[in-house]
Amino acid sequence: MAKTSAVKTKKRDINRIAYLFVLPFIIVFLVFSVYPVLRTFYLSFMNYKGYGDPTWAGLDNYVRVVKDKFFWRDLLNTIKIWGVNIILQLGLAFLLTVIFSDIKYKIRGLAVFRAVYYLPNLIAATSVAFLFKTLLDWKYGSFNQILMGLGITQQQVNWLGSTATAPYVISVLGAWMWFGNSFIMLMAGVQGIPKDYFEAAAIDGAGRWKVFAKITLPLLRPIMLYVFVTSLIGGLQLFDLPFLMNGAAPGTAGEPAGSLQTVVMYLYKFGFETHQVGYASAIAYTLFFIILIVSIIQFKTIGKEED
Amino acid sequence: MAMATKIKRGIIYVCLILLGIMCFLPFLLMIVNATRSGVEITHSFTLIPGRNLKENWIALFDYVNLFRGFGNSLIVAIPATILTAYFSSITAYAMAVYRFKGSAWLFKIIVVFMMIPAQLSLIGFYNLCQKLHMVDSYLPLILPAIASPGTVFFLRQYVQATLSKALLEAARIDGAGELHIFHRIVLPIMAPGIATMSIGGFIGNWNNYLVPLILLNTPDKMTLPVMITTLNAATDLQKNQGAIYLGVAISVVPILIVFCFCSKYIISSISAGSVKE
Repeated sequence: MAKTSAVKTKKRDINRIAYLFVLPFIIVFLVFSVYPVLRTFYLSFMNYKGYGDPTWAGLDNYVRVVKDKFFWRDLLNTIKIWGVNIILQLGLAFLLTVIFSDIKYKIRGLAVFRAVYYLPNLIAATSVAFLFKTLLDWKYGSFNQILMGLGITQQQVNWLGSTATAPYVISVLGAWMWFGNSFIMLMAGVQGIPKDYFEAAAIDGAGRWKVFAKITLPLLRPIMLYVFVTSLIGGLQLFDLPFLMNGAAPGTAGEPAGSLQTVVMYLYKFGFETHQVGYASAIAYTLFFIILIVSIIQFKTIGKEED
Repeated sequence: MAMATKIKRGIIYVCLILLGIMCFLPFLLMIVNATRSGVEITHSFTLIPGRNLKENWIALFDYVNLFRGFGNSLIVAIPATILTAYFSSITAYAMAVYRFKGSAWLFKIIVVFMMIPAQLSLIGFYNLCQKLHMVDSYLPLILPAIASPGTVFFLRQYVQATLSKALLEAARIDGAGELHIFHRIVLPIMAPGIATMSIGGFIGNWNNYLVPLILLNTPDKMTLPVMITTLNAATDLQKNQGAIYLGVAISVVPILIVFCFCSKYIISSISAGSVKE
Protein backbone atom coordinates (compact mmCIF):
# COMPACT_ATOMS: atom_id res chain seq x y z
CA MET A 1 0.00 0.00 0.00
CA ALA A 2 2.66 2.43 1.07
CA LYS A 3 4.60 1.70 -2.09
CA THR A 4 1.72 2.47 -4.48
CA SER A 5 0.91 5.75 -2.79
CA ALA A 6 4.57 6.72 -3.04
CA VAL A 7 4.45 6.03 -6.77
CA LYS A 8 1.27 8.08 -7.00
CA THR A 9 2.82 11.09 -5.28
CA LYS A 10 5.77 10.85 -7.59
CA LYS A 11 3.49 10.74 -10.65
CA ARG A 12 1.67 13.85 -9.47
CA ASP A 13 4.99 15.61 -9.01
CA ILE A 14 6.06 14.70 -12.52
CA ASN A 15 2.89 16.17 -14.01
CA ARG A 16 3.21 19.30 -11.94
CA ILE A 17 6.38 20.28 -13.76
CA ALA A 18 4.29 20.78 -16.89
CA TYR A 19 3.08 24.11 -15.45
CA LEU A 20 6.67 25.29 -15.25
CA PHE A 21 7.28 24.19 -18.85
CA VAL A 22 4.28 26.04 -20.30
CA LEU A 23 4.60 29.11 -18.05
CA PRO A 24 6.89 31.24 -20.30
CA PHE A 25 4.64 30.57 -23.27
CA ILE A 26 1.50 31.49 -21.32
CA ILE A 27 2.93 34.72 -19.88
CA VAL A 28 4.20 35.99 -23.25
CA PHE A 29 1.04 34.77 -24.98
CA LEU A 30 -1.19 36.69 -22.56
CA VAL A 31 0.90 39.86 -22.77
CA PHE A 32 1.72 40.02 -26.49
CA SER A 33 -1.16 38.12 -28.13
CA VAL A 34 -4.27 38.14 -25.95
CA TYR A 35 -3.90 41.60 -24.43
CA PRO A 36 -3.42 43.42 -27.79
CA VAL A 37 -6.51 41.77 -29.28
CA LEU A 38 -8.63 42.74 -26.24
CA ARG A 39 -7.05 46.19 -26.09
CA THR A 40 -7.97 46.83 -29.74
CA PHE A 41 -11.54 45.76 -28.91
CA TYR A 42 -11.62 48.13 -25.91
CA LEU A 43 -10.21 51.03 -27.94
CA SER A 44 -12.81 50.50 -30.65
CA PHE A 45 -15.37 51.93 -28.18
CA MET A 46 -13.17 54.90 -27.29
CA ASN A 47 -12.05 58.25 -28.60
CA TYR A 48 -8.29 58.03 -28.46
CA LYS A 49 -5.59 60.11 -30.14
CA GLY A 50 -2.67 57.84 -29.30
CA TYR A 51 -1.72 59.75 -26.15
CA GLY A 52 -3.49 60.87 -22.98
CA ASP A 53 -6.56 59.05 -21.68
CA PRO A 54 -9.14 57.46 -23.98
CA THR A 55 -12.69 58.72 -23.51
CA TRP A 56 -15.85 56.63 -23.96
CA ALA A 57 -17.40 56.83 -27.41
CA GLY A 58 -19.91 54.00 -27.27
CA LEU A 59 -20.78 52.68 -30.71
CA ASP A 60 -19.86 55.95 -32.45
CA ASN A 61 -16.78 54.50 -34.13
CA TYR A 62 -18.72 51.53 -35.52
CA VAL A 63 -21.54 53.77 -36.74
CA ARG A 64 -18.92 55.89 -38.48
CA VAL A 65 -17.35 52.80 -40.12
CA VAL A 66 -20.70 51.62 -41.46
CA LYS A 67 -21.43 55.08 -42.88
CA ASP A 68 -17.90 55.61 -44.22
CA LYS A 69 -18.05 55.23 -48.00
CA PHE A 70 -14.26 55.00 -48.17
CA PHE A 71 -14.28 51.95 -45.88
CA TRP A 72 -16.71 50.20 -48.22
CA ARG A 73 -14.80 51.33 -51.31
CA ASP A 74 -11.60 49.96 -49.81
CA LEU A 75 -13.30 46.73 -48.81
CA LEU A 76 -14.53 46.40 -52.39
CA ASN A 77 -10.99 47.13 -53.67
CA THR A 78 -9.61 44.46 -51.37
CA ILE A 79 -12.20 41.90 -52.44
CA LYS A 80 -11.61 42.72 -56.12
CA ILE A 81 -7.84 42.33 -55.82
CA TRP A 82 -8.13 39.19 -53.70
CA GLY A 83 -10.93 37.65 -55.81
CA VAL A 84 -9.02 37.82 -59.09
CA ASN A 85 -5.91 36.69 -57.25
CA ILE A 86 -7.50 33.60 -55.68
CA ILE A 87 -9.08 32.47 -58.97
CA LEU A 88 -5.70 32.63 -60.73
CA GLN A 89 -3.75 31.23 -57.82
CA LEU A 90 -5.99 28.29 -56.93
CA GLY A 91 -6.79 27.63 -60.59
CA LEU A 92 -3.14 27.31 -61.50
CA ALA A 93 -2.31 25.27 -58.37
CA PHE A 94 -5.23 22.97 -59.11
CA LEU A 95 -4.24 22.52 -62.74
CA LEU A 96 -0.69 21.62 -61.67
CA THR A 97 -2.03 19.15 -59.12
CA VAL A 98 -4.09 17.49 -61.82
CA ILE A 99 -1.05 17.30 -64.12
CA PHE A 100 1.30 15.89 -61.50
CA SER A 101 -1.17 13.35 -60.15
CA ASP A 102 -2.22 12.12 -63.59
CA ILE A 103 -1.84 8.34 -63.79
CA LYS A 104 -1.44 8.27 -67.57
CA TYR A 105 1.28 10.84 -68.25
CA LYS A 106 3.34 10.12 -65.12
CA ILE A 107 5.07 13.52 -65.06
CA ARG A 108 8.43 13.38 -63.29
CA GLY A 109 10.57 15.91 -61.48
CA LEU A 110 7.95 16.95 -58.92
CA ALA A 111 10.61 17.89 -56.34
CA VAL A 112 12.43 20.24 -58.70
CA PHE A 113 9.31 21.90 -60.14
CA ARG A 114 7.86 22.30 -56.66
CA ALA A 115 10.99 24.05 -55.42
CA VAL A 116 11.16 26.39 -58.43
CA TYR A 117 7.45 27.26 -58.21
CA TYR A 118 7.87 28.04 -54.54
CA LEU A 119 10.73 30.47 -55.14
CA PRO A 120 8.66 33.71 -55.42
CA ASN A 121 7.11 32.91 -52.01
CA LEU A 122 10.37 33.29 -50.18
CA ILE A 123 11.14 36.83 -51.11
CA ALA A 124 9.94 39.66 -48.89
CA ALA A 125 6.86 41.34 -50.33
CA THR A 126 8.79 44.59 -50.02
CA SER A 127 11.49 43.35 -52.39
CA VAL A 128 8.94 41.87 -54.79
CA ALA A 129 6.97 45.12 -54.79
CA PHE A 130 10.10 47.10 -55.41
CA LEU A 131 11.41 44.83 -58.12
CA PHE A 132 8.15 44.84 -60.05
CA LYS A 133 7.58 48.53 -59.55
CA THR A 134 10.88 49.05 -61.32
CA LEU A 135 10.27 46.37 -63.97
CA LEU A 136 6.78 47.71 -64.71
CA ASP A 137 7.78 51.37 -64.74
CA TRP A 138 5.94 52.69 -67.79
CA LYS A 139 8.77 54.81 -69.13
CA TYR A 140 11.91 52.91 -68.20
CA GLY A 141 10.76 49.45 -67.11
CA SER A 142 12.00 46.24 -68.74
CA PHE A 143 8.50 44.81 -69.04
CA ASN A 144 7.26 47.40 -71.51
CA GLN A 145 10.53 47.07 -73.42
CA ILE A 146 9.93 43.33 -73.81
CA LEU A 147 6.33 43.86 -74.94
CA MET A 148 7.30 46.52 -77.47
CA GLY A 149 10.29 44.49 -78.62
CA LEU A 150 8.00 41.55 -79.36
CA GLY A 151 5.54 43.90 -81.07
CA ILE A 152 2.70 43.10 -78.68
CA THR A 153 2.05 46.76 -77.97
CA GLN A 154 3.07 49.85 -79.92
CA GLN A 155 2.90 52.17 -76.93
CA GLN A 156 4.11 51.95 -73.37
CA VAL A 157 1.39 50.72 -71.03
CA ASN A 158 1.11 52.57 -67.72
CA TRP A 159 0.49 49.40 -65.70
CA LEU A 160 0.54 50.92 -62.24
CA GLY A 161 -0.78 54.34 -63.16
CA SER A 162 -4.19 53.39 -64.48
CA THR A 163 -7.22 52.21 -62.52
CA ALA A 164 -7.98 49.73 -65.31
CA THR A 165 -4.78 47.74 -64.73
CA ALA A 166 -3.25 48.59 -61.34
CA PRO A 167 -5.50 46.42 -59.09
CA TYR A 168 -5.12 43.45 -61.43
CA VAL A 169 -1.35 43.83 -61.53
CA ILE A 170 -1.46 43.28 -57.75
CA SER A 171 -3.75 40.25 -58.22
CA VAL A 172 -1.44 38.67 -60.81
CA LEU A 173 1.64 39.41 -58.70
CA GLY A 174 -0.06 37.83 -55.68
CA ALA A 175 -0.90 34.75 -57.74
CA TRP A 176 2.69 34.61 -59.00
CA MET A 177 3.97 34.80 -55.42
CA TRP A 178 1.61 32.31 -53.79
CA PHE A 179 0.51 29.69 -56.35
CA GLY A 180 3.51 27.52 -55.44
CA ASN A 181 2.40 27.43 -51.83
CA SER A 182 -1.16 26.38 -52.75
CA PHE A 183 0.22 23.80 -55.17
CA ILE A 184 2.43 22.20 -52.50
CA MET A 185 -0.52 21.99 -50.12
CA LEU A 186 -2.86 20.44 -52.70
CA MET A 187 -0.13 18.02 -53.80
CA ALA A 188 0.46 16.98 -50.19
CA GLY A 189 -3.24 16.25 -50.04
CA VAL A 190 -3.09 14.04 -53.14
CA GLN A 191 -0.07 12.18 -51.79
CA GLY A 192 -2.02 11.59 -48.58
CA ILE A 193 -4.66 9.58 -50.47
CA PRO A 194 -3.96 5.86 -50.01
CA LYS A 195 -2.52 4.24 -53.18
CA ASP A 196 -4.96 1.29 -52.89
CA TYR A 197 -7.82 3.57 -53.94
CA PHE A 198 -6.15 4.28 -57.28
CA GLU A 199 -5.09 0.66 -57.78
CA ALA A 200 -8.59 -0.61 -57.01
CA ALA A 201 -10.03 1.92 -59.45
CA ALA A 202 -7.53 0.84 -62.13
CA ILE A 203 -8.47 -2.83 -61.64
CA ASP A 204 -12.13 -1.89 -62.01
CA GLY A 205 -11.20 -0.23 -65.32
CA ALA A 206 -12.04 3.34 -64.31
CA GLY A 207 -10.66 6.00 -66.71
CA ARG A 208 -8.41 8.80 -65.50
CA TRP A 209 -11.17 11.42 -65.54
CA LYS A 210 -13.44 9.17 -63.57
CA VAL A 211 -10.69 8.48 -61.03
CA PHE A 212 -10.10 12.20 -60.77
CA ALA A 213 -13.76 13.11 -60.35
CA LYS A 214 -14.68 10.28 -57.99
CA ILE A 215 -11.55 9.86 -55.88
CA THR A 216 -9.08 12.74 -56.11
CA LEU A 217 -11.51 15.65 -56.10
CA PRO A 218 -13.74 14.58 -53.18
CA LEU A 219 -10.75 13.66 -51.01
CA LEU A 220 -9.08 17.00 -51.77
CA ARG A 221 -12.06 19.04 -50.68
CA PRO A 222 -11.01 19.59 -47.04
CA ILE A 223 -7.60 20.86 -48.17
CA MET A 224 -9.17 23.11 -50.82
CA LEU A 225 -11.30 24.55 -48.06
CA TYR A 226 -8.27 25.07 -45.83
CA VAL A 227 -6.30 26.77 -48.62
CA PHE A 228 -9.29 28.92 -49.48
CA VAL A 229 -9.98 30.07 -45.92
CA THR A 230 -6.32 30.81 -45.09
CA SER A 231 -6.09 32.72 -48.35
CA LEU A 232 -9.23 34.67 -47.44
CA ILE A 233 -7.86 35.59 -44.02
CA GLY A 234 -4.54 36.61 -45.59
CA GLY A 235 -6.08 38.24 -48.66
CA LEU A 236 -8.42 40.56 -46.81
CA GLN A 237 -5.41 41.78 -44.82
CA LEU A 238 -3.53 42.66 -47.99
CA PHE A 239 -1.09 45.46 -47.19
CA ASP A 240 2.55 45.24 -48.31
CA LEU A 241 2.12 44.92 -52.08
CA PRO A 242 -0.50 47.62 -52.75
CA PHE A 243 1.00 49.88 -50.06
CA LEU A 244 4.38 49.85 -51.77
CA MET A 245 3.39 49.70 -55.42
CA ASN A 246 1.35 52.86 -55.76
CA GLY A 247 2.32 56.45 -56.45
CA ALA A 248 5.74 57.89 -55.86
CA ALA A 249 6.07 57.37 -52.10
CA PRO A 250 4.82 54.38 -50.08
CA GLY A 251 1.28 54.67 -48.86
CA THR A 252 0.16 57.75 -50.78
CA ALA A 253 -3.52 56.95 -50.44
CA GLY A 254 -3.61 54.06 -52.87
CA GLU A 255 -3.09 55.94 -56.12
CA PRO A 256 -4.24 55.70 -58.92
CA ALA A 257 -7.55 57.21 -57.84
CA GLY A 258 -7.60 55.20 -54.62
CA SER A 259 -8.00 51.92 -56.53
CA LEU A 260 -5.12 50.29 -54.62
CA GLN A 261 -6.26 51.32 -51.16
CA THR A 262 -7.07 48.21 -49.11
CA VAL A 263 -8.84 48.00 -45.76
CA VAL A 264 -5.64 47.44 -43.80
CA MET A 265 -4.04 50.43 -45.55
CA TYR A 266 -7.07 52.46 -44.47
CA LEU A 267 -6.65 51.14 -40.92
CA TYR A 268 -2.94 52.01 -41.03
CA LYS A 269 -3.79 55.55 -42.10
CA PHE A 270 -6.02 56.18 -39.08
CA GLY A 271 -4.01 54.15 -36.58
CA PHE A 272 -0.53 55.41 -37.40
CA GLU A 273 -0.77 58.52 -39.56
CA THR A 274 -3.75 60.63 -38.49
CA HIS A 275 -3.91 59.08 -34.99
CA GLN A 276 -7.62 58.35 -34.75
CA VAL A 277 -6.81 55.16 -32.89
CA GLY A 278 -10.34 54.38 -31.73
CA TYR A 279 -11.63 54.60 -35.27
CA ALA A 280 -8.80 52.42 -36.60
CA SER A 281 -9.67 49.78 -33.97
CA ALA A 282 -13.31 49.80 -35.05
CA ILE A 283 -12.18 49.29 -38.68
CA ALA A 284 -10.07 46.30 -37.55
CA TYR A 285 -13.00 44.66 -35.74
CA THR A 286 -15.52 45.38 -38.51
CA LEU A 287 -13.18 43.66 -40.97
CA PHE A 288 -12.77 40.78 -38.52
CA PHE A 289 -16.53 40.29 -38.19
CA ILE A 290 -16.89 40.29 -41.97
CA ILE A 291 -14.12 37.67 -42.32
CA LEU A 292 -15.70 35.60 -39.56
CA ILE A 293 -19.14 35.59 -41.19
CA VAL A 294 -17.72 34.72 -44.64
CA SER A 295 -15.58 31.90 -43.15
CA ILE A 296 -18.57 30.41 -41.33
CA ILE A 297 -20.65 30.50 -44.51
CA GLN A 298 -17.76 28.87 -46.40
CA PHE A 299 -17.40 26.07 -43.85
CA LYS A 300 -21.17 25.50 -43.82
CA THR A 301 -21.60 25.34 -47.61
CA ILE A 302 -18.44 23.45 -48.59
CA GLY A 303 -18.62 21.28 -45.46
CA LYS A 304 -22.18 20.26 -46.32
CA GLU A 305 -21.37 19.00 -49.81
CA GLU A 306 -18.99 16.53 -48.23
CA ASP A 307 -21.76 14.26 -46.92
CA MET B 1 3.55 4.55 -75.00
CA ALA B 2 1.52 5.74 -77.96
CA MET B 3 2.87 8.54 -80.14
CA ALA B 4 0.01 10.91 -79.29
CA THR B 5 0.59 10.44 -75.58
CA LYS B 6 4.29 11.11 -76.02
CA ILE B 7 3.62 14.36 -77.84
CA LYS B 8 1.10 15.52 -75.26
CA ARG B 9 3.54 14.64 -72.53
CA GLY B 10 6.22 16.72 -74.25
CA ILE B 11 3.87 19.70 -74.49
CA ILE B 12 3.08 19.40 -70.77
CA TYR B 13 6.78 19.42 -69.92
CA VAL B 14 7.37 22.51 -72.07
CA CYS B 15 4.52 24.33 -70.29
CA LEU B 16 5.82 23.32 -66.87
CA ILE B 17 9.31 24.52 -67.72
CA LEU B 18 7.96 27.82 -69.10
CA LEU B 19 6.11 28.34 -65.84
CA GLY B 20 9.34 27.63 -63.97
CA ILE B 21 11.15 30.22 -66.10
CA MET B 22 8.42 32.75 -65.27
CA CYS B 23 9.12 32.13 -61.60
CA PHE B 24 12.81 32.69 -62.10
CA LEU B 25 13.03 35.33 -64.84
CA PRO B 26 12.30 38.40 -62.71
CA PHE B 27 15.13 37.46 -60.35
CA LEU B 28 17.46 36.92 -63.27
CA LEU B 29 16.49 40.31 -64.75
CA MET B 30 17.12 41.84 -61.35
CA ILE B 31 20.62 40.40 -61.10
CA VAL B 32 21.49 41.35 -64.68
CA ASN B 33 20.14 44.89 -64.31
CA ALA B 34 22.10 45.29 -61.09
CA THR B 35 25.24 45.19 -63.23
CA ARG B 36 24.08 47.70 -65.87
CA SER B 37 23.98 51.48 -65.91
CA GLY B 38 20.75 53.45 -65.67
CA VAL B 39 21.04 54.60 -69.28
CA GLU B 40 21.60 51.04 -70.57
CA ILE B 41 18.63 49.73 -68.59
CA THR B 42 16.26 52.39 -69.91
CA HIS B 43 17.32 51.95 -73.52
CA SER B 44 17.37 48.22 -73.99
CA PHE B 45 16.59 44.92 -72.45
CA THR B 46 19.04 42.04 -72.26
CA LEU B 47 20.08 39.05 -70.19
CA ILE B 48 23.79 39.71 -70.70
CA PRO B 49 25.42 41.27 -67.61
CA GLY B 50 26.81 44.79 -67.94
CA ARG B 51 29.93 46.39 -66.50
CA ASN B 52 28.45 48.87 -64.09
CA LEU B 53 28.31 46.81 -60.92
CA LYS B 54 30.96 48.88 -59.15
CA GLU B 55 29.35 52.23 -60.02
CA ASN B 56 25.94 50.96 -58.95
CA TRP B 57 27.44 49.70 -55.70
CA ILE B 58 28.98 53.09 -54.95
CA ALA B 59 25.75 54.94 -55.83
CA LEU B 60 23.70 52.61 -53.64
CA PHE B 61 25.95 52.75 -50.59
CA ASP B 62 26.31 56.52 -50.93
CA TYR B 63 22.60 56.65 -50.41
CA VAL B 64 21.98 53.97 -47.78
CA ASN B 65 24.09 51.47 -45.84
CA LEU B 66 22.27 48.24 -46.62
CA PHE B 67 24.67 46.13 -44.59
CA ARG B 68 23.48 48.00 -41.53
CA GLY B 69 19.92 46.88 -42.34
CA PHE B 70 21.28 43.41 -43.00
CA GLY B 71 22.86 43.31 -39.53
CA ASN B 72 19.72 44.73 -37.92
CA SER B 73 17.59 42.05 -39.57
CA LEU B 74 19.95 39.36 -38.24
CA ILE B 75 19.82 40.88 -34.72
CA VAL B 76 16.02 40.51 -34.83
CA ALA B 77 15.56 37.29 -36.78
CA ILE B 78 18.14 35.05 -35.08
CA PRO B 79 17.07 35.51 -31.43
CA ALA B 80 13.40 35.42 -32.44
CA THR B 81 13.90 32.11 -34.27
CA ILE B 82 15.82 30.56 -31.37
CA LEU B 83 13.22 31.68 -28.82
CA THR B 84 10.39 30.27 -30.93
CA ALA B 85 12.22 26.98 -31.39
CA TYR B 86 13.05 26.44 -27.70
CA PHE B 87 9.87 27.65 -26.03
CA SER B 88 7.53 26.12 -28.62
CA SER B 89 9.29 22.76 -28.16
CA ILE B 90 9.03 22.77 -24.38
CA THR B 91 5.39 23.92 -24.48
CA ALA B 92 4.47 21.35 -27.11
CA TYR B 93 6.27 18.61 -25.18
CA ALA B 94 4.51 19.50 -21.93
CA MET B 95 1.13 19.50 -23.68
CA ALA B 96 1.75 16.19 -25.40
CA VAL B 97 3.24 14.22 -22.52
CA TYR B 98 1.96 15.47 -19.17
CA ARG B 99 -1.57 15.52 -17.83
CA PHE B 100 -2.37 18.80 -16.16
CA LYS B 101 -5.40 20.96 -15.48
CA GLY B 102 -6.11 23.49 -18.22
CA SER B 103 -4.22 21.55 -20.87
CA ALA B 104 -7.31 21.08 -23.03
CA TRP B 105 -8.21 24.76 -22.66
CA LEU B 106 -4.73 25.83 -23.63
CA PHE B 107 -4.97 23.75 -26.78
CA LYS B 108 -8.33 25.27 -27.75
CA ILE B 109 -7.06 28.81 -27.23
CA ILE B 110 -3.98 28.09 -29.33
CA VAL B 111 -6.15 26.86 -32.21
CA VAL B 112 -8.41 29.94 -31.97
CA PHE B 113 -5.43 32.30 -32.00
CA MET B 114 -3.99 30.60 -35.07
CA MET B 115 -7.10 31.75 -36.95
CA ILE B 116 -7.22 35.34 -35.66
CA PRO B 117 -5.97 37.79 -38.29
CA ALA B 118 -2.96 39.88 -37.28
CA GLN B 119 -4.61 43.24 -38.03
CA LEU B 120 -6.87 42.67 -35.03
CA SER B 121 -3.98 43.02 -32.62
CA LEU B 122 -1.95 45.65 -34.48
CA ILE B 123 -3.39 48.73 -32.74
CA GLY B 124 -3.45 47.11 -29.30
CA PHE B 125 0.09 45.81 -29.80
CA TYR B 126 1.42 49.27 -30.61
CA ASN B 127 -0.48 50.71 -27.66
CA LEU B 128 1.07 48.06 -25.38
CA CYS B 129 4.56 48.87 -26.65
CA GLN B 130 3.95 52.55 -25.91
CA LYS B 131 2.96 51.69 -22.35
CA LEU B 132 6.00 49.44 -21.87
CA HIS B 133 8.25 52.14 -23.43
CA MET B 134 9.32 49.67 -26.10
CA VAL B 135 8.67 51.78 -29.21
CA ASP B 136 11.79 52.06 -31.39
CA SER B 137 13.29 49.02 -29.64
CA TYR B 138 13.91 45.50 -30.94
CA LEU B 139 12.33 43.86 -27.88
CA PRO B 140 8.75 43.84 -29.24
CA LEU B 141 10.05 42.25 -32.42
CA ILE B 142 11.89 39.51 -30.52
CA LEU B 143 10.09 38.73 -27.23
CA PRO B 144 6.67 37.79 -28.68
CA ALA B 145 8.45 34.97 -30.54
CA ILE B 146 8.38 33.01 -27.25
CA ALA B 147 4.66 32.42 -27.82
CA SER B 148 4.06 31.11 -31.35
CA PRO B 149 0.75 29.20 -31.37
CA GLY B 150 1.22 27.76 -34.87
CA THR B 151 4.63 26.30 -34.04
CA VAL B 152 3.34 24.78 -30.78
CA PHE B 153 0.44 23.24 -32.66
CA PHE B 154 2.73 21.62 -35.23
CA LEU B 155 5.35 20.43 -32.73
CA ARG B 156 2.72 18.98 -30.38
CA GLN B 157 1.59 16.80 -33.28
CA TYR B 158 5.20 15.96 -34.03
CA VAL B 159 5.98 14.85 -30.44
CA GLN B 160 2.89 12.68 -30.35
CA ALA B 161 3.94 10.96 -33.57
CA THR B 162 7.64 10.45 -32.83
CA LEU B 163 8.22 10.14 -29.08
CA SER B 164 7.78 6.80 -27.33
CA LYS B 165 6.59 6.94 -23.72
CA ALA B 166 8.63 3.84 -22.88
CA LEU B 167 11.78 5.83 -23.53
CA LEU B 168 10.69 8.49 -21.02
CA GLU B 169 9.82 5.83 -18.41
CA ALA B 170 13.21 4.21 -18.84
CA ALA B 171 14.95 7.56 -18.32
CA ARG B 172 12.87 8.23 -15.21
CA ILE B 173 13.75 4.84 -13.73
CA ASP B 174 17.39 5.77 -14.30
CA GLY B 175 16.70 8.77 -12.09
CA ALA B 176 16.89 11.51 -14.74
CA GLY B 177 15.14 14.79 -13.89
CA GLU B 178 12.28 16.02 -16.10
CA LEU B 179 14.14 19.04 -17.49
CA HIS B 180 17.20 16.88 -18.08
CA ILE B 181 15.05 14.36 -19.98
CA PHE B 182 13.67 17.17 -22.14
CA HIS B 183 17.10 18.58 -22.97
CA ARG B 184 18.97 15.33 -23.47
CA ILE B 185 16.38 12.95 -24.89
CA VAL B 186 13.39 14.83 -26.24
CA LEU B 187 15.04 17.77 -28.01
CA PRO B 188 17.28 15.58 -30.23
CA ILE B 189 14.26 13.49 -31.22
CA MET B 190 12.29 16.64 -32.06
CA ALA B 191 15.18 18.21 -33.99
CA PRO B 192 13.91 17.57 -37.56
CA GLY B 193 10.49 19.03 -36.70
CA ILE B 194 12.10 22.00 -34.98
CA ALA B 195 14.38 22.61 -37.99
CA THR B 196 11.39 22.56 -40.34
CA MET B 197 9.53 25.16 -38.32
CA SER B 198 12.62 27.27 -37.66
CA ILE B 199 13.50 27.79 -41.32
CA GLY B 200 9.97 28.95 -42.04
CA GLY B 201 10.05 31.11 -38.92
CA PHE B 202 13.37 32.67 -39.84
CA ILE B 203 12.18 33.62 -43.32
CA GLY B 204 8.97 35.06 -41.85
CA ASN B 205 10.95 37.17 -39.39
CA TRP B 206 13.44 38.23 -42.05
CA ASN B 207 10.67 39.35 -44.42
CA ASN B 208 8.43 41.00 -41.81
CA TYR B 209 7.55 44.54 -42.88
CA LEU B 210 4.46 46.01 -41.20
CA VAL B 211 5.46 45.57 -37.54
CA PRO B 212 9.02 46.99 -37.86
CA LEU B 213 7.51 49.78 -39.99
CA ILE B 214 5.19 50.93 -37.20
CA LEU B 215 7.63 50.31 -34.32
CA LEU B 216 11.00 51.60 -35.50
CA ASN B 217 11.63 55.33 -35.96
CA THR B 218 15.41 55.68 -35.97
CA PRO B 219 16.76 55.17 -39.53
CA ASP B 220 19.85 53.36 -38.20
CA LYS B 221 17.68 50.74 -36.51
CA MET B 222 15.63 49.80 -39.58
CA THR B 223 15.53 46.20 -40.72
CA LEU B 224 16.29 45.29 -44.32
CA PRO B 225 12.71 45.30 -45.74
CA VAL B 226 12.01 48.73 -44.22
CA MET B 227 15.35 50.04 -45.48
CA ILE B 228 14.68 48.75 -48.99
CA THR B 229 11.51 50.82 -49.16
CA THR B 230 13.48 54.00 -48.44
CA LEU B 231 15.15 53.51 -51.85
CA ASN B 232 11.83 54.78 -53.16
CA ALA B 233 12.87 58.26 -52.14
CA ALA B 234 15.81 58.12 -54.55
CA THR B 235 14.49 60.75 -56.92
CA ASP B 236 16.28 60.41 -60.23
CA LEU B 237 15.03 56.97 -61.18
CA GLN B 238 16.69 56.88 -64.57
CA LYS B 239 20.09 57.54 -63.07
CA ASN B 240 19.70 55.22 -60.09
CA GLN B 241 17.79 52.30 -61.52
CA GLY B 242 20.79 49.98 -61.62
CA ALA B 243 21.55 50.85 -58.01
CA ILE B 244 17.96 50.12 -57.00
CA TYR B 245 18.09 46.70 -58.67
CA LEU B 246 21.34 46.05 -56.83
CA GLY B 247 19.76 46.99 -53.49
CA VAL B 248 16.85 44.61 -54.03
CA ALA B 249 19.27 41.88 -55.19
CA ILE B 250 21.31 42.22 -52.00
CA SER B 251 18.15 41.73 -49.94
CA VAL B 252 17.01 38.71 -51.94
CA VAL B 253 20.21 36.69 -52.42
CA PRO B 254 20.61 35.44 -48.80
CA ILE B 255 17.11 33.94 -48.88
CA LEU B 256 17.87 32.28 -52.23
CA ILE B 257 21.00 30.73 -50.70
CA VAL B 258 19.10 29.48 -47.65
CA PHE B 259 16.50 27.99 -49.98
CA CYS B 260 19.11 26.13 -52.04
CA PHE B 261 20.17 24.23 -48.92
CA CYS B 262 16.85 23.89 -47.11
CA SER B 263 14.15 23.60 -49.77
CA LYS B 264 13.32 20.09 -48.57
CA TYR B 265 12.55 21.30 -45.04
CA ILE B 266 10.60 24.30 -46.27
CA ILE B 267 8.39 22.22 -48.52
CA SER B 268 7.76 19.61 -45.85
CA SER B 269 6.68 22.34 -43.43
CA ILE B 270 4.05 23.57 -45.90
CA SER B 271 2.89 20.04 -46.60
CA ALA B 272 2.62 19.46 -42.84
CA GLY B 273 0.46 22.55 -42.53
CA SER B 274 -2.11 21.22 -44.94
CA VAL B 275 -2.34 17.61 -43.81
CA LYS B 276 -3.38 17.94 -40.21
CA GLU B 277 -3.97 14.28 -39.34
